[in-house]
Amino acid sequence: MRGNPAKAFELTNTQVFRRAALPKSYTDLLGRKLFLLLLTIQGLGAFALITLGVMLKKTGVAQNVMGPRIRQEIVRAGVALMPMFMFVAFALGFLVIGQTVSALARVGATDYLGSTMVIVVVRELGPLLAAVLVLARVGTAHVIELGTARAMGEVEALEALGIDPVHYLIVPRVWGMMAGIFSLTVYLIIGALGSGYLWAFLQDVPLTPGDYFKQLTEALGWLDFALLALKTVAFGFFIAIVACYHGLAQPLRLEEVSRVAVRAVTQGVIVCLLIDALFIVLYLVA
Amino acid sequence: MNENQNPAAIEMRDVSVGAMRDTSFTVVEDVNWTVASGEFWVIAGQQQSGKSDFLKMTAGLMAPVKGSYKLFGNETRTFGEAELPERLRLGFVFEGGQLFNRLTLGENVALPLQYRHNLTAAAAAQEVESLLDLMELAPLADVTPANVAADWLQRAALARALVLKPEVLLLDNPFSGLGARHLQWSLRFLDRLWRGHEWLGGKPVTMVVTTDDLSRLAGWRDEARRFALLKDRRFTALGSWSRVEASNDPVVKELLAVPLAATM
Repeated sequence: MRGNPAKAFELTNTQVFRRAALPKSYTDLLGRKLFLLLLTIQGLGAFALITLGVMLKKTGVAQNVMGPRIRQEIVRAGVALMPMFMFVAFALGFLVIGQTVSALARVGATDYLGSTMVIVVVRELGPLLAAVLVLARVGTAHVIELGTARAMGEVEALEALGIDPVHYLIVPRVWGMMAGIFSLTVYLIIGALGSGYLWAFLQDVPLTPGDYFKQLTEALGWLDFALLALKTVAFGFFIAIVACYHGLAQPLRLEEVSRVAVRAVTQGVIVCLLIDALFIVLYLVA
Repeated sequence: MNENQNPAAIEMRDVSVGAMRDTSFTVVEDVNWTVASGEFWVIAGQQQSGKSDFLKMTAGLMAPVKGSYKLFGNETRTFGEAELPERLRLGFVFEGGQLFNRLTLGENVALPLQYRHNLTAAAAAQEVESLLDLMELAPLADVTPANVAADWLQRAALARALVLKPEVLLLDNPFSGLGARHLQWSLRFLDRLWRGHEWLGGKPVTMVVTTDDLSRLAGWRDEARRFALLKDRRFTALGSWSRVEASNDPVVKELLAVPLAATM
């Protein structure tokens, strides 16, 4: 289809840089990396804006097709990962919380338990771990699926049938990732806090469940809930954008798909850390 | 026919076509071509002669590098989302099918119908099933493309294009690799579509078919069909079958003699 957004990101400049001969000096290498970084930021930014535009503009278009597609992606990026996250929550509770609780109890600082848990689990570790795990499990699959679909001409076929590839392929994945990471983070936090207390209880830490719960509720403010929701939704949106951008927005050959998947994961982790840093600033300012 | 009331289905003036992968590389130049409603064109050319790119441009999947291309009388450069229903009067069948690998054949056929008309799978089922039955694809409706032979994939791709009931059908090398039985079925079925198939309410479909093997078109060797040749980046209208047979062009002769050459 003429003017299709997916075609707007065929960054041939990026390919020129990637396929160019080896640089002759370190300054050349640095310059090339800088150009690539700027082109990637430009491409990701534009792709994010176009996806957002399609999400808003085409709300309600082909609902009978898009509804099941979105539910399918929510199951994939959320419900299907619950068993894995149960294990991770248990392990996180044991590795971090159980030890922290017992260490605080040893130095008689159990009064700080609630705020420590909120900072470590609710604000930082929970959302970030959930985002990175979903990126690894589902984001890579998105890159490979979309890259293969692009290389096999399926995206062209969608265009020929009058189906907007961004609407059909990207929008459900974005909704799936946003809903999935948000829900799994909540699930992970509750699981980790619960299992953490269990481990502490097994170590005979003198803390009743009532005290533990009271400390947690006192340490949690409305801002924690609001920023947790915002942060996890931002993680989901940008992870989906990075994965889909690398899979769909650039012309790929089949042999390039695996390499692009690795690049997407790396960039996805970097994006998550940048968003996390932004939210740390927000927490400090608020 | 009054041309003002019923414009040509396809009209190209001085059109140049770029390669799909790199539009800066021109594959066909200065095409002047008109396809009236109800015509049947066969475009022959060797492999890598630009047939697929030419047909994809004709389907509106990319803009011409230069020149004027009108589809149903409308300049395609201005085609956007609002003109999509107009563009969907044209159906396209890719070489090899290019079906969606994660969907079954039935879902592949149903998808355009469901998406364009906002139908649930159940609401689209009756129409899809009747089309699958017509094309003998019903037993394979629940199978994914990876588990189906290429002959059937091509047929499923044709069904997917037909489900929106197009007025013009473009087929990119549809007979490539087909076995004898499927080839005969396809030749007959496309001929029936052109003459007016009951599934489309008896309305004739304008057809454009590319091929790299003219010798396989037994049954289409009549004076009603138009033939053209893509060679050396040029589009040449040859005329009817008798003109093709009489042509002294070595490429035409080669395209007619492919099986003979292959056995030598």
